[in-house]
Amino acid sequence: MTNTMDDIETAKAILVIGSNTTECHPIIGLRIKKAVMNNECKLIVAEPKHIRLCYYADRWLQLKPGTDVALINGLMNVIIAEGLADEEFINNRCECDRYDELKELVKSYTPEKVEEITGVPAGDIREAARTFASAENAAIIYAMGITQHTTGTDNVVTLANLAMMTGNIGKPGTGVNPLRGQNNVQGACDVGALPNVLTGYKPVTDAETREKFEKAWGVKLPEEVGLTATEMMEAAAEGKIKAMYIVGENPMLSDANIRHAEKALKNLDFLVVQDIFLTETAELADVVLPAASFAEKEGTFSATDRRVQRVRKAFEPPGEARPDNEIVADIAKRMGYEMENVEPAAVMDEIASLTPQYGGYSHARLDSLPDGESLHWPCTDAEHPGTPILHTTVFTRGKGWFAPVEWQAPAEQPDEEYPLTLTTGRVLWQYHTGTMTRKSEGINEIDPNGKVWISPDDAAKYGVENGKKAVVTTRRGDIDIEAKVTERVPNGVIFIPFHYTEAAANVLTNDVVDPVSKVPEFKVSAARVKAK
Amino acid sequence: MSDNGNGHRYKVVLGYGTCGIAAGATAVKDALEEEVKKGSYDVDLDIAGCMGLCFIEPVVEIFDRQGGSVVYGDITAKKVPQLLEEHVGKGQVIEDWVVKKSEDPEACEGDFLANQLRVVLRNCGKINPESIEEYIQIGGYEAAKKALTSMTPEEVIDEVSTSGIRGRGGAGFPTGTKWGFARKSPGEEKYLICNADEGDPGAFMDRSVLEGDPHSVLEGMILAGFAIGARQGYIYCRAEYPLALKRLDIAIEECHQKGFLGEGIFGTDWSFEVKVKKGAGAFVCGEETAMMASIEGQRGMPNPRPPFPATHGLWGKPTNINNVETFAAIPWIIAEGGEKYAEIGTEKSKGTKVFCLAGKVRRTGLAEVPMGYTLRQVIFDVGGGIAEGREFKAVQMGGPSGGCLPAEKLDTQVDYDQITAAGAIIGSGGMIVADNRTCMVDLARYFLSFTQDESCGKCTPCRIGTKRMLEILERICEGKGEPEDIEKLQVLAGDIKDASLCALGGTAPNPVLTTLRYFKDEYEDHIFNHKCAAGSCPALITLRIDPETCTGCAACVKVCPTDAITGEKKEPHVIDAEACIRCKMCLSRCPSESIIAE
Amino acid sequence: MIKVEIDGKACEAPQGSTILDIAKANGIDIPTLCYDPRLSPYGACRLCLVEVEGARALLPACYAKADDGMVIQTTNEKLERIRKTLVELLVSDHPMECQGCSKSGRCELQRLADKYGVTESTFTGEVHEYDLHRENPFVMRDYNKCIMCGRCIRICREVQGIGVYDFINRGFKAVPGTPYDKPMQETPCEFCGQCISTCPTGAIKARPYEDRGRVAALDMLRNACAYFKMPEEDMMKALGLEGWVTRTTCAYCGCGCQLDIHVIDNKIVEITSPLMVGSGQGNLCVKGRFGYDFVSSSERLTKPLIRKKGKFEEAEWDEALDLVAKKLSETKKKSCPDSIGVFSSARATNEDNYLVQKFARAVIGTNNVDHCARL
Repeated sequence: MTNTMDDIETAKAILVIGSNTTECHPIIGLRIKKAVMNNECKLIVAEPKHIRLCYYADRWLQLKPGTDVALINGLMNVIIAEGLADEEFINNRCECDRYDELKELVKSYTPEKVEEITGVPAGDIREAARTFASAENAAIIYAMGITQHTTGTDNVVTLANLAMMTGNIGKPGTGVNPLRGQNNVQGACDVGALPNVLTGYKPVTDAETREKFEKAWGVKLPEEVGLTATEMMEAAAEGKIKAMYIVGENPMLSDANIRHAEKALKNLDFLVVQDIFLTETAELADVVLPAASFAEKEGTFSATDRRVQRVRKAFEPPGEARPDNEIVADIAKRMGYEMENVEPAAVMDEIASLTPQYGGYSHARLDSLPDGESLHWPCTDAEHPGTPILHTTVFTRGKGWFAPVEWQAPAEQPDEEYPLTLTTGRVLWQYHTGTMTRKSEGINEIDPNGKVWISPDDAAKYGVENGKKAVVTTRRGDIDIEAKVTERVPNGVIFIPFHYTEAAANVLTNDVVDPVSKVPEFKVSAARVKAK
Repeated sequence: MSDNGNGHRYKVVLGYGTCGIAAGATAVKDALEEEVKKGSYDVDLDIAGCMGLCFIEPVVEIFDRQGGSVVYGDITAKKVPQLLEEHVGKGQVIEDWVVKKSEDPEACEGDFLANQLRVVLRNCGKINPESIEEYIQIGGYEAAKKALTSMTPEEVIDEVSTSGIRGRGGAGFPTGTKWGFARKSPGEEKYLICNADEGDPGAFMDRSVLEGDPHSVLEGMILAGFAIGARQGYIYCRAEYPLALKRLDIAIEECHQKGFLGEGIFGTDWSFEVKVKKGAGAFVCGEETAMMASIEGQRGMPNPRPPFPATHGLWGKPTNINNVETFAAIPWIIAEGGEKYAEIGTEKSKGTKVFCLAGKVRRTGLAEVPMGYTLRQVIFDVGGGIAEGREFKAVQMGGPSGGCLPAEKLDTQVDYDQITAAGAIIGSGGMIVADNRTCMVDLARYFLSFTQDESCGKCTPCRIGTKRMLEILERICEGKGEPEDIEKLQVLAGDIKDASLCALGGTAPNPVLTTLRYFKDEYEDHIFNHKCAAGSCPALITLRIDPETCTGCAACVKVCPTDAITGEKKEPHVIDAEACIRCKMCLSRCPSESIIAE
Repeated sequence: MIKVEIDGKACEAPQGSTILDIAKANGIDIPTLCYDPRLSPYGACRLCLVEVEGARALLPACYAKADDGMVIQTTNEKLERIRKTLVELLVSDHPMECQGCSKSGRCELQRLADKYGVTESTFTGEVHEYDLHRENPFVMRDYNKCIMCGRCIRICREVQGIGVYDFINRGFKAVPGTPYDKPMQETPCEFCGQCISTCPTGAIKARPYEDRGRVAALDMLRNACAYFKMPEEDMMKALGLEGWVTRTTCAYCGCGCQLDIHVIDNKIVEITSPLMVGSGQGNLCVKGRFGYDFVSSSERLTKPLIRKKGKFEEAEWDEALDLVAKKLSETKKKSCPDSIGVFSSARATNEDNYLVQKFARAVIGTNNVDHCARL
């Protein structure tokens, strides 16, 4: 997030797109609701299905899945046509010739044309554009509904265009704010758990960067960009990857097209899984190493708004389970590499010494923060107060770069054989692959099993009954799942939460990925439904 | 009315307010219509709101062409043919039925009205409340027109300030000052609210005004809206007043047709709308912050003040709230001038006040008198003294929030400050008269049970405190009082007054405190002697029949639920004290008042 | 900035501060019951009434905004008498069976009753006898212990934006409830438990931690708190158990809410969130508040497993680690470092992620390291 969770409440307009915030990020959801209830903030929700935020929304733009770029281009078309763009911001902070290109591109995205693509009435597009552009400050909040598309990168870039065009960046209550789906996605990325960068997003291909780390770690580092998770699966299936070490992940439920993931993992010569449970993935391993849970170790998590916070040990791990740092260090040692001090506090000091953004963090400093204070990175030295809002005066690259993009349809379109669009996501009660939440008695009482959401018309059309089993099929496979007939999904769209191993949505999803981010298109697959 | 203007010889007007209807006016109306339809009488029929003669409803007033009139009371459908035949047919007044005659206003019960000065009630009972034409005919909406076309809002406020009128809802805050606050309060959007959530037991002046003269309230609101700068008005009226609501709806519709409400009123660029919001009958919604919560669609619960509605009112906007009676007086003030209004009343309490006479007074009904009348004048001269010739004991003023005043305070002037000094309040104007059969402990218990029931439950002292006070009173009435109860009541009452969130809780202990002040002996009698001198508290009395006066009519025998009364026909009866449950049914039935409660 | 005087102390505060805000900032204690910093002020309990020079009536400190030059008294004989009366009134309709009540030791009414020396009320009378609501797995409601502060109602409406509760009935019979008294799972309730977090008494409690998470030590603690009339923290300190509450960060979504994990006997006995700290400010969601059964699940892995002849067998750490090191070294040598893939985890700490990527790059020698950011 370019801004913090706290400053959402100060926004006068918020565009929530591709995020079922109240269910997937409940605490951010309530900040949005508070902005609406207490700050006269106008909320625009762009979302194919009816989510709870729609109740608080000034306007709900019910777009077809995978038409986000068209919608945002449409909004920008109106903003330009009606002279609502923030010319001053554009002139001072952005590359102006890029803006001219953008103007040219969005010219054709008239509300009427966009209505044809997205299904959102032209009048609503106009009104939403006016609301967003004329607000004193307006924030954009998005999540996986934006990124999990073959056009995910385009989607994000388009949103950035919108924010810059309206001058909604670098001040309170504005910004482009992706909501990270898991507790420490932000941190994992920050500290280099990515194939292309070292900590602090320094490219592995940069010799100077490598040199710095080589000096610190005392070894020569590989120069080539590595494979992403999805690419590694592909490589495993092809036999190029022979061994895998999986720490705390469950691709057997979270990956798109699970059947494919299963094939890939089974194709490995050697698989080590380090986890707290015998997950679907661990079941396939050669060695399973029992790890400590978050409550059994020290460390830090970085929240979605770059707020680094402490994780503290509440009690001992069960049995012989051990914290990840010790296990990793032990394996390293056995492979001939001595990781010096792997105590979490010392590791944080090492991160700080190698990562400018984290330069000011230490466990001691975090422990001594007064209640109610947080440190958002960049926090470069021990005195630095942290940076709640990014890009206040200049962008990281200097001037803002408008990147005009055309809308492209999702990889898979409904057709005669698969007439419905399947989209996936989370529900309030469960979390990701359910390894954690599905072990909670109470949660399972409220939400015992997965359901496919289907509109009453479609249910009637395909002979599916509420509460009865249905079969959902895509080109990847099929699952049996209870039907939930609800007006919250539009005709032609079905929704399946992906938490449930016995009705795993990701058996169905399409593993085609965005060419840049390598994120699979979880949000759009062509599907069909019938009663079981 | 100097001429009934219809060319007919007579105009027959039926008092058709809720009180009249409750007493049977609908049957009378049907009967009148039927008789006239028969074609034998050359009359015009009309209805009017309540004239205030509640003790003798249904009331029919018959005007002749010269404008003279005779008011008949206690009319039933049965009496209608005879009434028309004699008065209209033969031109003969039926003297036995007469309440008041225009030629001799003091005669019969006429002094009830003759002793009043009617400003707020000026049109009640005189015009058809469902006809804007009748209101216009007597000068209605002239004041509004004058103000909107020739006065500035400040001038209107000045005129109201000059009149010295104080809020008639109970608190008695100077209306002009209040309007001034709302006017000066920053903000484009402002609201005006008419508090028609009349809820005091025994108070019905607002209802009578709304039923009898809704246009004067609307005109008052138009003036107030113009003065403070509010373009939206609300009338918060309880749903238990269906007739008032109906007549308000008619009046608002008529105003729209005439262009008195809506855009561009009287050809000016001023606009004003009025919406009626029905209350669900919670007493606490008469409290202004609770009322605003209710209008906003929330549960009607009060909020602390400050901030006051003048700055943070309805939907957080500057809001002015006045009572029905206040609004009804405004057109008169603008038309006649504030100074003229200020000539009426006492130094600090100007104008007139409508009181609702209820309880053991002989003539119950609406009495509008100049401020400064004594209680004695109101109760005895207007109200005709105590019913059935009994002795005056006390008058409860200001409903459950008020206090009761004993006989020695009868010469207190009706004036905000004097009544408050005496321990009661003017409040909305309820006067419930108690006679020597009323137990003052029981009276306090009754009012407290009312406020306890109607407490919204938000603040601790009102919710639990009044409950505990009530329980103590209930114990005392049952003869189970403890010596320390009086002190406990006093201390608790003090804390409740100091600590309650709104006026409902803050004033709830008043009936207890004033009865303790003036009738402490009755409490002591209950606690120490287990006696109820008024013969009222069932647990503390025995009933017996006076053999000297009992005629042996056996009326009591028929009503006794436990068959405790026996006796030979035409011989004095006796009550079996063992079997008697002291329900006092017999007491209310005995024609010779032979049943004695001790 | 405005200047006011509270109990003789000169205080400065920003315009718009309430009297309570200023008092708190200056270390002056004013008792409250219906106040919660997360909520808009309400002014119902009347405990925070203070005397302001020149004001017509006593003012609720939580609600009344301070004006420049105000002279305020937060305590005097009259105010203390009123407070005591209020506590007595509340106690007169409250089952004072603190021993065995899980709020004992942190019940706000209990603390005030102790402060004012109210053990039983001088006011006796009708006491409510409501049925217990325990129809859902999370929120247990015992309205016999309700003091009508309205905090549950307000937090559901103002913070959660839902409004599952409102008051029903009037007067003494007024009580919070759901629409038509429906079970909470039939309302739009999201089981965030914000109402539990704000309830000052034992009227709303977390059922999992009440019913299932109970351990004998916790019962003993509660009884001891009730018996010695001691706040929970003080009791734990006296017992040498200060460390029983651990502040940490929630392991679910990326909001980073701060959790206080209460642990006795190595078991989680309750999870709360510290007030006005972190992004949640004391608010949590159903997962953060109730979703931590997994930590002590019997399905947790407790020993390394090695697949032998197709089946998992428990192994010693040395054996497992040796095997992993050997296999990875072999693969690295036989093929190349890039034939090994490493998955790190978005659930793991920064420190662990750092070590895992360092392991991939420095030990294995590959950039094939990624985590589930994309999923």
